[in-house]
Amino acid sequence: MATAVRETAPERSASRPRHRGWWRWFTDNIVLLIGIAVLVYTFVPIGYVIALSFSKPSGRAASAEFETFTWDNWTTVCEPDGLCESLQLSFAVSLVATVVATLLGTLMAFALVRHSFRGRAASNLLIFLPMATPEVVMGSSLLAMFVSLGFNGALGFITIVIAHILFCLSFVVVTVKARLAGMDSRLEQAAMDLYANEWQTFRLVTLPLAMPGIVAGALLAFSLSFDDFIITNFTSGQSQTFPLYVYGSKLKGFPAQLFVIGTLMFVVSLLLVVIVELWRRRRPT
Amino acid sequence: MNPSATEAVNVTDKPGQRRGKGWLLLVPGMLWLLMFFLFPTVQLFFTSLYDPSGSFEQGYAMTWHFQNYADAIKETSDLFVRSFLYAGITTLVCLLLAYPLAYAIAFKSGRWKNVMLVLVIAPFFTSFLLRTLSWQAILADQGPVTGFLRALAILPDDGRLLATPIAVVAGLIYNFLPFMTLPLYASLDKVDHRLIEAAGDLYSSPFTGFRKVTLPLSMPGLVSGTLLTFIPASGDYINAELLGTPREYMLGNRIQSAFLVEQNYPLAATLSLSLMLLVVVMVILYIRRSGTEELV
Repeated sequence: MATAVRETAPERSASRPRHRGWWRWFTDNIVLLIGIAVLVYTFVPIGYVIALSFSKPSGRAASAEFETFTWDNWTTVCEPDGLCESLQLSFAVSLVATVVATLLGTLMAFALVRHSFRGRAASNLLIFLPMATPEVVMGSSLLAMFVSLGFNGALGFITIVIAHILFCLSFVVVTVKARLAGMDSRLEQAAMDLYANEWQTFRLVTLPLAMPGIVAGALLAFSLSFDDFIITNFTSGQSQTFPLYVYGSKLKGFPAQLFVIGTLMFVVSLLLVVIVELWRRRRPT
Repeated sequence: MNPSATEAVNVTDKPGQRRGKGWLLLVPGMLWLLMFFLFPTVQLFFTSLYDPSGSFEQGYAMTWHFQNYADAIKETSDLFVRSFLYAGITTLVCLLLAYPLAYAIAFKSGRWKNVMLVLVIAPFFTSFLLRTLSWQAILADQGPVTGFLRALAILPDDGRLLATPIAVVAGLIYNFLPFMTLPLYASLDKVDHRLIEAAGDLYSSPFTGFRKVTLPLSMPGLVSGTLLTFIPASGDYINAELLGTPREYMLGNRIQSAFLVEQNYPLAATLSLSLMLLVVVMVILYIRRSGTEELV
């Protein structure tokens, strides 16, 4: 499309030579401008979250409007009851769920891409179905099962983790599968030809090649798990993860410290991305 | 990874695929899916057929009460229609917003490509609920958007945004946008630039070139993007709860309250399964029609 635009633009601007420069620039970049506008729009609520983290609450609860500037919310992050405990629980749940889901999902992806066996279509279907199931359905069916198995009093960390592994699993399989499918299997054959055994080939060739897919799957799993509200709401019993804490404070009013946590989540993950990117660039490839 | 697989290397089916005991790798994950997905779903099916006269405390009698489905759907047909309508509009608007964005990142961003990709995801590092809360503030009656639209007389002076369907759909669109952008980008990024140039060389206008070359090549991303947006949007209840009123409630709100508040398990199970079945049927028809099998 880029070249095509360049061909038509001069014809059009020939009649209006004065506009030639900017008109051409505009037609060349219109898509980019729309894209940037969409990006700006996605950042509007983040601006609000950051602003509200510095807003002095008028009453006990943070209001929707910015009142007076204050650092207080930042120095009293853990003051609201249970806020930091909920963050700890969220981290613990997401870490366990990510590790297990990534491990199981990667094994499944290897089996599906690298091995032929009966029941492949059925396996693919069973992996796909959880992604096609609305969260509210998955959460409710898990709750019904836990209750019928007598888990009613024991809902908490374990049941949340079981549910999180479940909904992360399919996403990990799909992500790793995409990477494996695009990999050149001749590299592994070459390693074998050069007298590497199965394990060496796997460790030195296959695994490093598959790594970007596995890391992407793990990151996806972590962010899905950390941010999940609906399924967690069904399987948590009395425990509160961070999203549940936010939801739970709806009735008593949102403490302004929530927005500090929101800002921190945004800043810290952005920094992590930047650091990883810099590290990747410095490393000789 | 096991000796028999090495011996079987010669009998490959597809390049790089081998027979043998490799399927064993599938077992742990499959067990998880069977135990915690398939089993509860089947159980939910039985729950949905309990006699509605029972209660959570006294227990339910299994009477294969298929009438539950007719009753539930009759009672909540407006919720079904509203859920799918909101999810449909959400998917469409997300597509209109995400396509130019994904296109710009794939073709126009040059060395800023990675930066733009990070910027696509960055807003979503903050919690889903906090983002929705800040939409509550933005769309509030004293908020900037309402004031602006009132000043332009697009909204009447007492017009509102918050607590209307517009706010709920706006929240859904915002929250599910990256699920559309990322798959679209992944597809567009794979498109060979030379094909688009060839279309231009063969005198197709930019628009025809887009319609006949770029768009068809981005179909896999478009299909998975629309699915990843439509499915969660159809079952969502947070946006309706925080940005709307009970008049905007979706099916998810009803399932949630039937399960957690009323503890009317047969009704909740019936609604859940109906939603799941409708979504799965729609998804399968859609995938068939668009001819993309590589998703599954």
